[in-house]
Amino acid sequence: MELDMDRFRQIFLQECAENLEVLEAELLALEAGLADDDSINKVFRAAHSIKGGAGTFGLSEMSRFTHHLETLLDELRSGQRQSTPALVALMLKATDVIAQMRSDAEAGGNGSSPNAEDISQQLQAALGKGEAALPDTAVATTATTEGADWQLEFVPHADMLASGNDPVRLLRELAELGMQVKQCNFGRLYDADYDPQLCYLSWSLTGPGDIDESEILEIFDWVEGECDVNLSRQTTASPAPVLTDAEPLAVTAAVSSAQPQPVASEPPKAAAPARSAPEQSIRIDIRKIDQLINLVGELVITQSMLASLEGTDGEDTQERLARGLSLLKSNTKALQESVLGIRMLPISFAFNRFPRLVRDISQQLGKDVTLKMVGEHTELDKTVLERIGDPLVHMVRNALDHGIEMPDARRNNGKDAGGTLTLSACHEGGNVVIDIEDDGAGLDKQKLWNKAVEKDLAITRDRRIDEFSDAQIYDLIFAPGFSTAAAVSDLSGRGVGMDVVKRNISDLGGSVEITSKLGKGTRFRIRLPLTMAILDGQLVAVGEELFVIPLINIVESLKLDTDCLIKAGGGVVFYQLRQQTLPVVWLSELLGTRGEPGPIPLLCVVEAAGRKLGLVVDALLAQQQVVIKSLEQNFRRLPGISGATILGDGQVCLILDVPGLVARRMAQGGKADAVTAA
Amino acid sequence: MTSILAADDSASIREMVQFTLESAGFDVQCAEDGAKALAIAQTRQFDLVISDVNMPNLDGIGLTKALRALPGYQFTPILILTTESSPEKKAEGKGAGATGWIIKPFNPDTLLKTVNKVR
Repeated sequence: MELDMDRFRQIFLQECAENLEVLEAELLALEAGLADDDSINKVFRAAHSIKGGAGTFGLSEMSRFTHHLETLLDELRSGQRQSTPALVALMLKATDVIAQMRSDAEAGGNGSSPNAEDISQQLQAALGKGEAALPDTAVATTATTEGADWQLEFVPHADMLASGNDPVRLLRELAELGMQVKQCNFGRLYDADYDPQLCYLSWSLTGPGDIDESEILEIFDWVEGECDVNLSRQTTASPAPVLTDAEPLAVTAAVSSAQPQPVASEPPKAAAPARSAPEQSIRIDIRKIDQLINLVGELVITQSMLASLEGTDGEDTQERLARGLSLLKSNTKALQESVLGIRMLPISFAFNRFPRLVRDISQQLGKDVTLKMVGEHTELDKTVLERIGDPLVHMVRNALDHGIEMPDARRNNGKDAGGTLTLSACHEGGNVVIDIEDDGAGLDKQKLWNKAVEKDLAITRDRRIDEFSDAQIYDLIFAPGFSTAAAVSDLSGRGVGMDVVKRNISDLGGSVEITSKLGKGTRFRIRLPLTMAILDGQLVAVGEELFVIPLINIVESLKLDTDCLIKAGGGVVFYQLRQQTLPVVWLSELLGTRGEPGPIPLLCVVEAAGRKLGLVVDALLAQQQVVIKSLEQNFRRLPGISGATILGDGQVCLILDVPGLVARRMAQGGKADAVTAA
Repeated sequence: MTSILAADDSASIREMVQFTLESAGFDVQCAEDGAKALAIAQTRQFDLVISDVNMPNLDGIGLTKALRALPGYQFTPILILTTESSPEKKAEGKGAGATGWIIKPFNPDTLLKTVNKVR
């Protein structure tokens, strides 16, 4: 039969990735001496699954390679072999090879890896012998006397039925080969203590001599030890069958059940698989689907309730309509949340790579680092998750390279020789907060400043260090062209700077802030929106036009008091808000909106990247959730605008990019910017 | 309709087994480990059980033993999925009361052929 094996192959590849994660995590645990009794079993099962699946789904090279690893693991599991660091390191390398094979298969290849041969030999060497590949499955055939008919005695043991093997099945298979029942022996049936659960019958069969002996014996493969089988060649013509009265019945029964049963043996052919790019798929907790189905049910009920109002004009129609609409609103909101929930994945998908990464890098650097992970179950949007991976890797590398000191240096400072890197994630409001915290040397403000001056970064020109807050000095790390490493090291100096990290995070609508204590450690705190599809927005009017300001950026809104405005040189305006001085921007000027300004200007204080900015608007309207439509995909990127949305009345409305506006204002802002550090 | 209970901890194998057998007109229910399979087997009677050997919680050998102890599964065919490289697993499976085995890697054809043998 033809079957679309490709679709299962995709599932296998996904599952293989999960098994590889298990392999890696448990091998690392084994190495660190943290393995529990079940660890080695888990590793073995993972390798076993990969091998079995690879063989089943046509990735024979992967299957053969994994076989060696599995054999090694089996020996470890059964205690025939002790785990050594070298062995674990080798098995980790083997894991990498399988991962390469997997990637190759995913890209449409046959699942090969350039390192397979090398590592395979090392594995075989470790196994102590150049072990052959998987045993050949071909069954050896033995040629015996040609031509003569077969004679077969088949005597099931009394308890054969207890293994689920029905003699009728065996007779049916023998009949398919051309063997015929000549005699059924009832002798034992008349035992005094007859037990219906036991088998009392036995059979004699004959068949043409051109049947392969191995084919006959293969039928008894499963019942070895559960029956006596005597197969011989008949040199003389077969004796006439001796039938007792009852026998024909049994023979007929056996033969009739031997008729091939065509029902359902021809499954529908699957359409020929079209070679195409691997599908993007997502695994979803079944409970989430159930919840969706429930909600759709609710929605249908509400809809029919509203439909029943059509054409009625009773006194309570209005009231029932209002009730129905309010129900519809809550249903829609719940449905929306559930649908978004489908895209939510635990952050462990991004965190899982770190145990290995931290181990490899710290070994390479000669540092002793323990990785702690907290809150791996925190969920966030799949897109955000995919795009935060690389920035996280970069920041972790950075922390290992620059943050955590060498063991000697740590000891000299009265710290433990081993450093700790903590990755944690949690939900905070509508955000996910990810912390990357090390207990290393901390950031040296003076050094950072000197470096920035040396690099002649624009922000430091004509300025003094004491004009900057701590946070602003730390933020120098994110300035393009900045690197703290004395020499560009192999690890951190890979061309991607922290400026790119910061930009990636900003592109996701997130922010990153640094806190540090000299000699104690550094913490990078990343805030990300839970999803990029929907945001809570504040609708504001500027002249005749409406804009959305993301609620998350708004600190407060107040009536603009003209007495508090401070005009600085170059048309730059500040606002004295209590003890703070904020730079102020008139959105109508910035965006060139149509229409007259409103009678009472309002000040909307927004914050991004630790800096505040006052936006002057004409009116604050509703707060509502808006669905974000990309401007870049549908039009082009606009400075100060992060996207667009469609309001309830069909009007298109732009969403302000607060981090962009803040950054832009800071760039033009002149000296007094320093006043507003949060 | 012949009902089949299939236990395997690998989702891809489960999907393949389920799709293949359902396409051939069988009523198939899957379980991701032996313990779950055993629980399902107690809720309804199946005509055939197919089980992987290496599974978390309860492995195929344990599942076979446990099923044979249930009144409804004394004579039910139980097939274990095993690799050619582990002949001792076959013996262990047989010892636990398995009817026979399907050797991994297998393809849908082999699976159907073997299932049709015992159903």
